[in-house]
Amino acid sequence: MSIDLKTIKHISKLSRISVDEKKAEKLAGDLNSIFDFIEKLNELKTDNVEPLTSVAETTLKLRSDEVKSKNLRDQVIKNSPKENEDYFVVPKVIE
Amino acid sequence: MSDITKQSLSELVENIKGKKLSSSEVTKAFVERSEKSKELNAYITEDYANALNKAKTFDEKPNLDLKLPGIPMAVKDLFCTKDLRTTAGSKILNNFVPTYESTVTQNIWNEGAILMGKLNCDEFAMGSSNETSFFGNVQNPIDKNLVPGGSSGGSSSAVAAQLTPITIGTDTGGSIRQPASFTGTVGLKPTYGSCSRYGIVAFASSLDQAGPMAQNVKDCALLQEVISTYDEKDSTSINFKRNEYSKELTKDIKGKKIGIPKEYRVDGMPKEIEDLWKKGIEYAKDCGAEIIDISLPHTNYALPTYYIVAPAEASSNLARYDGVKYGFRAEGENLIDMYEKTRSEGFGAEVQRRIMIGTYVLSSGYYDAYYLKAQKVRKLIKNDFDDAYKKVDAILTPSTPSSAFKIGEKTNDPVSMYLNDIFTVPVNLAGLPGISIPAGHDAKGYPLGLQIIGKAFDEQNILNIAYAMEDKINFKNNITDWWIK
Repeated sequence: MSIDLKTIKHISKLSRISVDEKKAEKLAGDLNSIFDFIEKLNELKTDNVEPLTSVAETTLKLRSDEVKSKNLRDQVIKNSPKENEDYFVVPKVIE
Repeated sequence: MSDITKQSLSELVENIKGKKLSSSEVTKAFVERSEKSKELNAYITEDYANALNKAKTFDEKPNLDLKLPGIPMAVKDLFCTKDLRTTAGSKILNNFVPTYESTVTQNIWNEGAILMGKLNCDEFAMGSSNETSFFGNVQNPIDKNLVPGGSSGGSSSAVAAQLTPITIGTDTGGSIRQPASFTGTVGLKPTYGSCSRYGIVAFASSLDQAGPMAQNVKDCALLQEVISTYDEKDSTSINFKRNEYSKELTKDIKGKKIGIPKEYRVDGMPKEIEDLWKKGIEYAKDCGAEIIDISLPHTNYALPTYYIVAPAEASSNLARYDGVKYGFRAEGENLIDMYEKTRSEGFGAEVQRRIMIGTYVLSSGYYDAYYLKAQKVRKLIKNDFDDAYKKVDAILTPSTPSSAFKIGEKTNDPVSMYLNDIFTVPVNLAGLPGISIPAGHDAKGYPLGLQIIGKAFDEQNILNIAYAMEDKINFKNNITDWWIK
């Protein structure tokens, strides 16, 4: 299998990471060598194997729907790169 | 006492409890040594003035019933610490100051310890050499320009160089055990679900575990006892009966069955690693353990599985870094442009590489071929361990396929870097506890470690085996303080 530049551009879009031509070429090389290595898994037959999603053999616990912490507005906004009073500010979305 | 920093955690606790030392004296000693050790680059953020103040406050009304009374400690910069910058070794969190505390660090402060600062690590814990940190390389105190391992490289360097009496790291594929092995220190990766993940910057949530890193097994057991608690804030935290690991520690391991997996004899393994392993088997026998050959047939598939599962989870976890709510933001022409520039400028090369791998294996058309396939193989790897544990109580392997390497030696070849974790990754995939103890030196005089892998929730057993073997091995670290002018 080979990951070409078009695929890299596609993944970059999905990942929301911009890549220029030079970076795309480097990434294609790296990803190809990593996927060559990953291909080893195809040696194994796994048709009847249950996928393991979690090693923690517990079911997700339910909890009562209670508010445990409140009035966190200042804390939530504290690390924002840009804010206006109570809001996070982003570039204009609606024309 | 001029030799305060040479004391182990257990000795310091005893001396503070016996009023032979005050917290201020101890804290001052470690702060002074840390200040003289800037060349190691072990710290990302120092908090020395606050630490000294807290020590003073502790001494005014010392509570000597606590497990870590007035003990200063620096921690890996992956743990959120309230009001102290937490970066995860990344530019994207360069200015992030948490408004809450991780459960594991809170447990430590509740037992009387004092935060000295935050230790360097690979960016988002993705690396095996600490070279992916935005804050630069960390030096291994063993030798100049030698990597300290990773991702908990600042932690391993700081413990080995005695800048902190003990520390905590996190381990997703070997990030506690490999750096412990590279620096001649002890590192424990607990069972998945043993230590809360609340407040730890997430890398791969089904694999991440916090654990202690120490100069010896006893100290390691004491810290594990403090950090391992059930926590309802982590939905995968497991409510099981936890031991008082340090109190119940024993060197009596007579009759314990220890498995030797033949598949860990990998191609191209250096002879000194093979020899170390053989020596380890002899030590275990000397301690009264019974050695049994076992097979873990899917060992060779662990790394390829890991390099699907971990990046997939990482790509999802790291989607939150978008420049909107916290962290670094790059300005863009519109919202999407802002996201893309923020992530391109804010993440380093290795993190971007892994996000891209993860995104690809989860993307439409490839999910079954990669991600689902990897989850199935992960099941086979776990089954291997389940089968082995029908015959043995623990498994003994080398910790790493080589000793520490030079800074820059493997940075251009991601796959050769990944191979470092060949012996540690299967343990994370199966969710088991594993401990690395120093067991010898290679021809260059660099430390080498042995790994003891246990059954789930059986930390006490592997700590006991490590404790017994440590006594026989009688390892001495050759640290010359070369970085102190």
